[in-house]
Amino acid sequence: MSHRFRHLLAIEPLTREQITFLLDQAKPFQEFQRYPLKKLATLRGKTVALAFFENSTRTRISFSTAASRLGADQMNLQAESSSLKKGESLSDTVLTLEAMKPDAIVIRHGSSGAAEFISHRVDVPVINAGDGTHEHPTQALLDALTIRDRSRSFDNCNITIIGDILHSRVARSNVHLLSKFGAHITLCGPAMWLPRELDSLAPGIRRVPRLEEALDGADVIMALRIQQERLHEPSLSADEYILRYQLTPSRVRLAKSNAIVLHPGPMIRGLEIDPVVADSLQSCILEQVTNGLAIRMAILFELIAGSAEPQEQAKDSPHAAH
Amino acid sequence: MRIIEKRQLMSADEIRRTLERLAHEIVENTGGAKDLALIGVRRRGIPLAERLAKSIRASSKAEIPVGTLDITLYRDDLSTVAPQPVVQSSEIPFPVDDRDILLVDDVLYTGRTVRAAMNGLFDLGRPRRIRLCVLIDRGHRELPVEASFIGRTVETTDAEIIEVRLNEIDKEERVMVMDRVD
Repeated sequence: MSHRFRHLLAIEPLTREQITFLLDQAKPFQEFQRYPLKKLATLRGKTVALAFFENSTRTRISFSTAASRLGADQMNLQAESSSLKKGESLSDTVLTLEAMKPDAIVIRHGSSGAAEFISHRVDVPVINAGDGTHEHPTQALLDALTIRDRSRSFDNCNITIIGDILHSRVARSNVHLLSKFGAHITLCGPAMWLPRELDSLAPGIRRVPRLEEALDGADVIMALRIQQERLHEPSLSADEYILRYQLTPSRVRLAKSNAIVLHPGPMIRGLEIDPVVADSLQSCILEQVTNGLAIRMAILFELIAGSAEPQEQAKDSPHAAH
Repeated sequence: MRIIEKRQLMSADEIRRTLERLAHEIVENTGGAKDLALIGVRRRGIPLAERLAKSIRASSKAEIPVGTLDITLYRDDLSTVAPQPVVQSSEIPFPVDDRDILLVDDVLYTGRTVRAAMNGLFDLGRPRRIRLCVLIDRGHRELPVEASFIGRTVETTDAEIIEVRLNEIDKEERVMVMDRVD
């Protein structure tokens, strides 16, 4: 079947059908998060290698919990303890991991293209958990799931993404995903983070430096995390960012009255988002976290169980005949 | 390999009468359907469970909740099965704790589907009892599983396939024995 996957490296090359398939596959796993007994044996005996060359808490915990709930074991490689510190190359580190026979490798790395690079060197499915400023596909999928659940159709949906667009892999993956479904995307942020090159991300994309204008008519507002080390004098101070770009209740009112607010986390209350907005009924920030588990379970299941080599047809398979 | 129809096992009318009889047996053997809930195993167990529940409600006046169960995540053949698995939703909108659960499926064969379905149920809680109702029992068990309510028991060879077609899914209503020919 053409919509099935070997790796999940980026949103950009995926078709609408593939994305819809993954979002649909996440639905049973969303229900599963409400089960009293959250432990499946589906991937029992399988191992997921979590190779996080860059610090991460929430994405690593999300993948780790997703793997555990499917019954898979995990190998953990973390930046602090990584042999990279001792000078080993990315390729050698990952080949060493692969030699321990995992059934999938989840990789986060500071260099754009790292996940794809690795996918050419190993024989197991590779999942990109964020590579440099390139893509963060599972984040875009969980955002799409959250938007869809709040009964927003992507087609003609006005989506405003605010913050450091230039350095954001979350923004890139989201732009690729949502534009494939006909969403109207507005990027907003200080001019230094909003270069002209972003226009080539998707047709019809708008760059609007003034937040009030960017929010007008928005159905979905996505505030990005602001890395404080990127805010400094003389280009832009934190105070100035807050003044011009913080998502405040009065600014949210410029969007449609039923607009929803997303944030990929970790969020800094009082910097990119006002606590009142973060805790409002319009905020879907915690739903995003739960949906992240569902989408990551769906992807691990798809890449590990779905990529099994076809063997002799099982007798009692519900897909086979009785 | 081709699959050809060998003979018809049940007509639409026979399916209807068989389900009526099963519904009566179920009411008699579940204390008037008290605490009873039906769970159809995806896919053809679902319309069968709905039809049975309708008949049981009519004769017992009891409220019979109906759920659906997708067993994909509980299968024991995921690494060997040919078609790539697609997970679907299970919809069980009632607590299974202390319920008298009746699993409903179209064909009982190796018993592996029933094992998977029971595992799925255990993740939702602790039913007081789980029993099984099938339209056709064709033998060839690989696990110690038996049905409490059976529409018809059929002798089959390993090469034969039982095909149940239901209006809700297949736009026709009959049960056939098919044969694989090389």
